[in-house]
Amino acid sequence: MSTISPTVDTHAGHGDDHGHHHDPGFVRKYLFSTDHKVIGIQFLITTLLMLMVGGALALGVRWQLAFPWESMPFFGPLFASQGGQISPEFYTMLFTMHATVMIFLVIIPILAGAFGNFLIPLMIGADDMAFPTLNMLSYWFMWPAILFFGLSFLFGGGPAAGWTSYPVLAALAEAAPGSGGAQTCWLIAVTFIGVSSMMGSVNYMTTIINMRAPGMTLFRMPLTIWSMFITAILQAFALPVLTAAGFMLVFDRLPWSVHSTFFVPSGLVVNNAEPTVGGGQPLLWQHLFWFYSHPAVYIMLLPAMGMVSDMLACMSRKPIFGYKPMVYSMAAIAGLGFIVWGHHMFTSGMNPALGMTFMISTIMIALPSAVKVFNWIGTIWGGRPQFNAVFLNCVAFVSLFIVGGLSGIFMAAVPVDIYIHDTYFIVAHFHYVLFGATLFGVFGAIQFWFPKMFGRTMSDTIGKWHFVLTFIGFNGTFFPMHLLGVAGMPRRYADPYLHPYLEHLLPMNQLMTISAILMGFAQFLLLFNFLYSMRFGEKCSRNPWNANGLEWVAPSPPPHGNFESVPVVYRGPYEYSHPDHSDDYWLQTEPPGAQPGAKPQAAPA
Amino acid sequence: MFWPLAALYLCWIAPERGWWFPSEAMSPLGQRIDDLFYMILIVTTVVFIGTQIALGYVLWTGARRTDPGNEETTWFSHGSHNLEVMWTIVPAGILLYIALYQIDVWREFRMRPYFPQEQMTASLTRMGVDTDVPGDRALAEVTARQFEWRIRYPGFDEDGNLLPLMTDPQPTDLYTVNDLHLPAGVPVMINLLSGDVQHSFFLPELRVKQDAVPGLVIPVWFQAEKSQTYDLLCAELCGWGHYKMKAQFVAEPEQEWLQWLRELHELQNEDGVEETDE
Repeated sequence: MSTISPTVDTHAGHGDDHGHHHDPGFVRKYLFSTDHKVIGIQFLITTLLMLMVGGALALGVRWQLAFPWESMPFFGPLFASQGGQISPEFYTMLFTMHATVMIFLVIIPILAGAFGNFLIPLMIGADDMAFPTLNMLSYWFMWPAILFFGLSFLFGGGPAAGWTSYPVLAALAEAAPGSGGAQTCWLIAVTFIGVSSMMGSVNYMTTIINMRAPGMTLFRMPLTIWSMFITAILQAFALPVLTAAGFMLVFDRLPWSVHSTFFVPSGLVVNNAEPTVGGGQPLLWQHLFWFYSHPAVYIMLLPAMGMVSDMLACMSRKPIFGYKPMVYSMAAIAGLGFIVWGHHMFTSGMNPALGMTFMISTIMIALPSAVKVFNWIGTIWGGRPQFNAVFLNCVAFVSLFIVGGLSGIFMAAVPVDIYIHDTYFIVAHFHYVLFGATLFGVFGAIQFWFPKMFGRTMSDTIGKWHFVLTFIGFNGTFFPMHLLGVAGMPRRYADPYLHPYLEHLLPMNQLMTISAILMGFAQFLLLFNFLYSMRFGEKCSRNPWNANGLEWVAPSPPPHGNFESVPVVYRGPYEYSHPDHSDDYWLQTEPPGAQPGAKPQAAPA
Repeated sequence: MFWPLAALYLCWIAPERGWWFPSEAMSPLGQRIDDLFYMILIVTTVVFIGTQIALGYVLWTGARRTDPGNEETTWFSHGSHNLEVMWTIVPAGILLYIALYQIDVWREFRMRPYFPQEQMTASLTRMGVDTDVPGDRALAEVTARQFEWRIRYPGFDEDGNLLPLMTDPQPTDLYTVNDLHLPAGVPVMINLLSGDVQHSFFLPELRVKQDAVPGLVIPVWFQAEKSQTYDLLCAELCGWGHYKMKAQFVAEPEQEWLQWLRELHELQNEDGVEETDE
C-alpha cells in the first residue's frame, strides 16, 4: 500500500489497484475524491493547518495581555505603521478571528469532518458513506468559507464584533472599523461552513441508520459512532437556526438588499451617523445565535467523548464501564443541550423569570456529564492501562473535563454568573472544555487512528513529549484564568491595566503568555510527528493496538471500498480481557466458537 | 498527574496574593452572591479532589497490574447497575439543591415585583421628592455609548425641591459623563439604556452587571454599603474602545448626594453673566 497523501498540493502518490474499484486517477483520487477516508484525511490536514493559524492569532492576544502596547518580536515590523503595536482595533480582530477559526475551522470540522468521515463507515462495516458526492462537497464547501474568512481581513482590518457577532455592533457598518465588508464576509463564510456541516450531518445520519454491517445492532455500535450519530442529529436541528439568523443579519446589513431591520431598533446614533430607523430587537439575534451555538458546544465535545471512550477501553484492556448509561447520558446531554441556551443571556436583559428555568436545565446538564466521568474512571478501574501517548491524552481529557464541568456550575448559577459573566472565568471554563477536553481527545485520536489512516504508526516518544509540554503549557495558560475571572478581569479588553484594580494581574498574565508560547511551540512536535510518520513511520499491521472494532479488520490503510468481504458482527466492541477468550481482545467479526485466538482473516501484507 | 495538587495550591494562595475578588462585596446582594460562590466552590472542590483521587487511584493500581511478574488479572466487567443508579441519583440531588438554592437571590435581584420599592420610596421622601407622582423610583438614567457613560439626573424645581426622574428628558435635568453619584446605604435604582451598540454596566465591587441593550430601558437596583468611589466598567464588547469605557461610581450619604446635585445644578445653570444692579 502506498502512503496516501491527500493534501491539495502536488504530492505524487502512485495508485495501487484497489480491488474491484478501478484507479480513479490523481485528481479524482486526491483532490475531488469521494472516498470517505481521503475526505476525512483532507479535513484532518486542513483543520490541523487551521489549528496553527488559530493558535497564532491566540498568541497575538496573549502578547498584548502580557506586554501591552509593546512591539511583538518577529511580527512587530508587520505593524510598522502603528509603531509595531497591536492597535485596539487589531486586538478585537485577533480574538474574534481566533474564536472563529478555532470553532468553525478547527474543532467542528476536525471532529465531525475528519474523524466522523474517516471512522463512521469503517466502524460500522460499510464500504463508504451513503452519499459519497455529497460528502466530497461537504469538504469543498469549507474552502469558500476559508476564502471569505481570509477576504474579510481586507476590509477595515477584519471582523471585530466577537465570534458571537452581537448586533448592533455587527449590524451597522458605522459601529466599528470591522463592522463593514469584513462582517459581511464573515457571515457569508459562516453560512458556507453551515452548509458544509449540514451536508455531513445528513450523510452521517443516513449512513449510520442504513449501512451498518450484518449483526451491527444499534447497541453493538462503538460509542464513537453513537456520539457521531447524536452529534449529527444535533447539527441537523440546530444549524438551520443559525443559517436563518445569518441571512437575517445580512439582509439588515447590505445597503442594496431588502432593508430589513430584524435586529436594529430605532433612534440609535452610532458613530455620528444618521439615527437608525428600525424597530428590531438585538436580543433576537442572541436567542437565535445561542439556540445554535449552545448545542454547538456539544457538537464540539460529544464526538471527542465517544472517541475517548473507545480509546480508554482499548488502552485499559477492559470493557467500557456502563455502555448503555454512556449512550443514554450522551442522548441526555444532546436533549438538554437544546433548552439551555439562555444561560448565555442571564445579564442580557431577557425576562428574568426565564433565567430560573435556564439555570435549572443548565445545572442538570452537569448530571449526564458527571455520569460519563464516573464511567470513564470505572473503565480504567481494574484494567491494565498501557501508558502510551494515546492513553495519556485520554486521561488528560477526563482530568481536564472534570475542571471544565465543575466550573460550568458556577456560571450556570444565575446570581454567581452575574458577577463572573464576561470575565476570564468564562474564558477559563470553555478552554478547559474545548481545549482541555476536546483537543486532548483529538490528539489521542490522531495518534490512535493514524496507523489506520496511513499504515504507519506515529512516534510514541514524540507523542509523549508533545503531550507533556502541551499539558504543562495548557494548565499554565488556562488555570490562572479562573483566578483572573474571580478578580474581575473582563474579557476582550485590549488593556485591562487601564483600570487600577486590575494592575496587579500583569505578572500573572505574563506567566500565562509564556505558558501559551510553550504550548504553541509544542504543536510543532505534533505537526512534525504527523508529517514525518506519514512517510517514515514504522509500518504496522491491520490491528496494531489489538483493538476490537471493525476498522481494525480492514487493511491499513484500507483500500477504496474498505473491506475485502462484508464483515459480520457477532458482539459488541468492548470485549477486552474476556475470561472465555484466550486473547485479551475479541474482534467484533470473530465468529463465536471459532478456534480461540484464531485470526479471522489472513494476516496483512 | 500532579497537576491537581498544583491547582489546589494555587487556589489556596490566591486570596492572599490578591488573585481573588477585587474586594469583599460592597453590597448586601453582593455578599449573598459571594456566599453562593463559596458554597459552589466548596461542593466543586470536594468533587474535584474526589474524582482526581479516584482517577489517580485507578491509574496507580492499573500501573502496578502491568508490572512484569504481576499475575493479577484484569477485572472483566461491563459495569454495575447499582453504581450507575447511585452516581446518578446522588449528584442529581446535589445539583438540584444548588439550583434551587440560587432562586431567592435571583428573584430579589431582578424580578421587578420583588424590588425594594418601599425603601426606595422612603429614601426619595427623605430627600423631599414628591413620590405621589407616578413613575419610576429611579434616581438616574445611565446611557452607555461608544465609549462613555452619559448620566442624566433629575433637577430641582423653582422652590429648590428635587424632582422625580421622568422618562423623557426635562429642561431641568442635570448631566454628567463617566461620573455616577448616588446615595449610599439605601437601595437605589437606575434606568439603563444604550445609545448605540450593546454595552454592559459592571460594578465589580458591588457584583452588579447588566447589559445595556439598544432599544430597551432596563431598571437596575443596587445598594452600596460604604460611601466611597467604586469602579464602573463595560463588560460587553462594544467596539475597539471597549476596554477604555472607564468611569467611577461615587456613593455618598443622601444629604451629601443632594448637595452634590445642587452644586451640579448651579454649575449647569450658571450662564456666566455677572449680575449687576442695573
